[in-house]
Formats: sequence, structure tokens, C-alpha cells
Amino acid sequence: MTLLEARDLHVEFTSRGRRARAVDGVNLTVGEGEIVALVGESGCGKTTLARTLLGLERPASGTVRYGGTPLAYSTRALKAYRREVQLVPQDPTGSLNPRHTVYEAVAEGPRIHGLRDERQRVASALSRAGLRPPERFFPLYPHELSGGQRQRVVIAGALALDPGVLVADEPVASLDASVRGEILALLLRLRAELGLSALVVTHDLGLAWNIADRVAVMYLGRIVESGPVEQVLGSPSHPYTQALLSVLPDSPAPVVLRGEPPDPTRVPGGCRFHPRCQVLAAGKAAEAGVDGRCRSQPLGILPAASGPQVACHFAEGSRTPA
Amino acid sequence: MTVPIETGPAAGPAPGPGEAPGKDTGKDGALSGAWRGVLRYALAKLGGALLSIGMVVVATFFLFRMIPGDPAIAYTRDVPLTPDQLDLLRRQMGLDRPLPEQFLDFVLKALQGDLGTSYEYRRPVAELIGERLGPTLLLVGTGLTVAVTLGLWQGTRAAWNHGGRLDRFSTGISLVLWSVPTFWLGLLLLMVFAAGVGPIPGIFPTRGMEDVDAPGGPLYLLHVAHHLVLPCITLVAVVYAQYLVVMRSSLLDEIGQDYVTTARAKGLRDAEVRLRHAVPNAMLPTVTLVFLHIGLVVQGAVTTETVYSWPGLGLLFYEAIKGPDFAVMQGTFMVLCVAVIVMNTLADVLYHVLDPRVRSA
Repeated sequence: MTLLEARDLHVEFTSRGRRARAVDGVNLTVGEGEIVALVGESGCGKTTLARTLLGLERPASGTVRYGGTPLAYSTRALKAYRREVQLVPQDPTGSLNPRHTVYEAVAEGPRIHGLRDERQRVASALSRAGLRPPERFFPLYPHELSGGQRQRVVIAGALALDPGVLVADEPVASLDASVRGEILALLLRLRAELGLSALVVTHDLGLAWNIADRVAVMYLGRIVESGPVEQVLGSPSHPYTQALLSVLPDSPAPVVLRGEPPDPTRVPGGCRFHPRCQVLAAGKAAEAGVDGRCRSQPLGILPAASGPQVACHFAEGSRTPA
Repeated sequence: MTVPIETGPAAGPAPGPGEAPGKDTGKDGALSGAWRGVLRYALAKLGGALLSIGMVVVATFFLFRMIPGDPAIAYTRDVPLTPDQLDLLRRQMGLDRPLPEQFLDFVLKALQGDLGTSYEYRRPVAELIGERLGPTLLLVGTGLTVAVTLGLWQGTRAAWNHGGRLDRFSTGISLVLWSVPTFWLGLLLLMVFAAGVGPIPGIFPTRGMEDVDAPGGPLYLLHVAHHLVLPCITLVAVVYAQYLVVMRSSLLDEIGQDYVTTARAKGLRDAEVRLRHAVPNAMLPTVTLVFLHIGLVVQGAVTTETVYSWPGLGLLFYEAIKGPDFAVMQGTFMVLCVAVIVMNTLADVLYHVLDPRVRSA
């Protein structure tokens, strides 16, 4: 069943008089007990999408839905929504108030929402996040903890509200490789034990492979390919996904994308990836007779289905005859 | 199926019972240990402060011996005397003795609370200072309270409206006032609001803390408050900018922090985020600077008291320089210096009490 959903979501920013379409039409769902990875390079809009799903950013159009109900942006509705959808931020050091103890940091959520048995909730959240015995951590300040412990405190802070979905923005990017594995294992265990759903935003394909059921690849504000993780990362259809995978260390032939990095204030016409597309550049698109469409015909927005999907003229063209 | 991607960290078994906390100390041990650290730190700072005060005593004595002017002549208020009479006077005042001997005498007496006798007033300096301390504390205390409140409040608002009209307006005004010389602003206010300009009547008294015909009882407080208005405004106008600017910049730092986003994502409203997270954390550097800047307020008080003839330490100091009245100069200078040293020490210790990161370090 779908828990968290983005429907035709657009988010725009204006900077120096120019409109940046950071999220430019996204459909995405996170089902109950499902972990979805959102991957893409820096600046593709994945963090903005995550912030919008958390209600921290207001969409220009489209809706965020939780359990089928569209999110309203009144103070009360947002507060109620935030009990259900919780953030696990990227940098645990910066996201903990340095002058609050572990107890205060974890208790903040339950306090805001007026939940009872605060002490017991905090203790249970800390132990679910792997900090045991929880009482030992109550009086400690963030600077007295290791990076991994801090991230566990942050996760405990989210768990203290018993949310339905975690939105984790690069949850392990700032951690050591050894600690990274522990935090990922923790997320998987939470899913198994509590049935927690999660949207994990990352640029690390290895992480997506290890943790996710489904993957959505984002390029310049749109999802260009999505589907089950084995499908998308095992046999990618979109040239962009192929390029991302090809630069991993054990890949035989790395594809280095040419051209400027994408600029959300100047989204190219036709397929938005065409100026950097290696398939088009190599002439394979022309062989298939789709190069004209690549350059001029915009692609539709992918629906929020759970099966494999790709937004690419070439992939669609080569798939149809097969 | 091939796996063309690097296998990242293994999603292995769940980690065992939690990692050990960074410190071995238990809850109570950690707390009392931290406070013991604060105490040790405070004692060390106190030692440093005492050393500084000692230096001030030395500097005071020799500094004022270098000022031109003959105290004996000043003492006689230009009444013509024969050189013999002057020599006698110098001997009585102890000015004929060698400098080190005078210094030793000065230090020993100062330790007993005897700061000498004023040539000008012919009264013990300690007594004079005691008399003038009250008005100065009233002026500086009131001024500082208003300036800090105003500065922190405006600074908070400016940071929250960063780049907006309110921000530019309030920051601009405060900086203009800060750049204005204290005496000039004081004279201007005096002309407009005390003497009266054109149709504007003078609504505030021009000088002093009280008039000869001051009423008694509770009305006396109002009477003094009426006299306090202009000096206080002058002092506040000149110093509040630093509190505004410091609060504004430290709050801007805090607003950019991730934990502010985390707090919002947990369901806190913006105003609550400001109150519970950003402002308390921004207060930390601000409180320290408030104390460090008290030295500047003392300096402002000397000028303000002179302009408004406010009967405080600043005016006493100014009059003593005109003398020159060595004993009074030394006494007031030392009191003002000691006040600054005490405040700085307080700031250092307070920082340790307030910041858990420094506290346990």
C-alpha cells in the first residue's frame, strides 16, 4: 500500500531573477515497509525533493500525499504530518544542537507533540537505535559521542515519534565506512522489526544497492528511470543510469559524460539529458532513428508505478521492437 | 545476474549492544567532574585577574607621576607662595621622598583601603569614591540594561529578517549612532531637550542627578529618573550597536545550522525554533561579548557624566585630571580598571558555565 506519495510535484526557486526548476514534475511513491532509494548527482534536485516531501519546502504545483491525503500547509496540518514523516539529516554533528543533551535531543519530538511517558519513549527510541543501555547516554552531549553514535541519536530522535516513514538525506555520507555499514544495518533492521518505510536520498549507488527495494534515478529535476533495484542497477535502460554505473571501479568501460553539469535555470529542450547523452553522441540514437526526437521532443513524466520505467526515446524505441 | 556496482558496506547483522559512550564516567560522576573543572578554571582565572590588578596598581602609580603639573601648586589653587612654603608643602605631601619609597607607601596604604587624601576636596579618596560610586552604578547599570535589551532584541529581529528592510534600517541606525562621538551626541541632546530649541521647550534638566529643591519620599525617585533620561539615552545610543551586531551575526550563524532544520522537521513552529534553539545558542557568544565590552561602557560613562555633570566616578576622574589631583586620579582609575578586569573574568567563567562543550573539556 502506498504511504508517501509525490504527485506531479514542481518546486521552483528564483535566484537573481532566474527561475530554477529544482523539481520539475516528479511522481514517486513509497509503499508501506518499502525502502526507496533516490539517486542522482549533486544539484539534480534530490535534496529539494526530500525537503518538499517533508513539508519544509512548498511545491509550486503538485501535491505531497500521506496515506492518500494531500498535505495542507497550515501550521496544525504540518505538525500532524511531521509525526508521521521524519527526517534523518545528512550531517549528524550539525543536526544536533550542541547545547542539548542526548536526552533533550530525543525528547524534543515527543515534547512538541505532547506525547506521554516521555522518559520511556526516549529510552525505547535510543535502544531501538542501538544505543544501549539508553540511560547511560541521557546526560551526554553530542561532542562526547562518536560520529556513528551521533547518527544513532539523530535516528532515535526520529523514531521517538513512531513515524511511518523516514526520509533520510544522505544518511551515511559523513560517516566512516565501518560505521556506515552499522547505520545501514540499523535502517534495515528497523524496517524488518517496525515495518518502517524509508526514502533514502543518496549519490552512492552501492548504498542504494544494499538497502533499497526500488530505485529512482533523478536527473535535472525529473526521474528518468525507476524500478526494482535489480532491474535498474542490474540492467539499466537509461543512458544516464548506464553512465552512472559505468564509472564504478569494477566497471569495464567507464563512460565519462561530456558537457556542462546540468543547470536547473536552463533546462534543455527535447530530452533534458540529450546535450550530455553518450548514446546520442555515439550516433546510436541516429541509427535507431530517434535522434530528432531526442533533440526536440520532450519526454512525458514517468508515472508512479512500481514496475521498471524509463524516460528515454532511445530506450523506448529499442524496447518496442524487441 | 551480474552486479556491475561496487558492493558498498555490508548490510550485515545488527550491531551488538550499543557502542560504549565516549566517556567512562557515569551520569553523576560526569556532571560533578564537569563542575569541578569549571571551579578549577574559575580559580585559575581569578589568579590571573589578581595579577592584572597588581599590574594596574603599578601602572597607575607611575603613569600619573608622568603627567605634567605640580600637585603642590594645584593644592594651593594658585595662591602665590614663596618657594620655601612650597617646599614645606611638598614635604608634607611626601613628594620630596624618592619614588620607590612613595610607591611602597602607596601600595601598603592601598591594601588597607586607604587611597590617600584628595588635595582638591581635602577628604579621603576612598570616601569620595564611595560617594560617587552610587550615581555611576545607577547610570551605567540602567544604560547597560537598556542597551543590552535593545541590542539583543533588535539584533534578533534583524537576523530573522536578514537582508530585509527592517534589517538594513535597524543595523544602519545603530551603526550611525555608534560612530557618533559621545560628547557630541550628548551636547546635541542637551541643546534640544534640556535647553530647548526654537518652539521646543527644554523638558529635561540640564545637569546633575538632583536639584537643590529635590522632593523627598517616593517622588525623589521620579526626580532622579527625570535627570537620568538624557544621560542614559546618550550612553545607550552610543553602545547598543555592538550588542545588535554581535547578536545578529551569531544568530545568522545558528540559523544556517542543520539542527534548526531538524527542529522544524520535528514539528516546531518557526517562532519556537527561534526561541528554543537559535536564540539560546546565539546568546552564548553574545553574553561573553556583553561583559567584555563593559570596559567601553565605562569609557562612555566618563564622557557622558562630564557632559551632563552627572556626579559619578567619571566626572570625579575628569575633575581630578584637571587638578591634577593625583590621589583621586589614582583611586578612580584603579576602581575603573578593576571593574573592567572583574567583568572580563566574569565573562570567561560564565562562558564555561554556559557552554557544555567548553565545560567538560
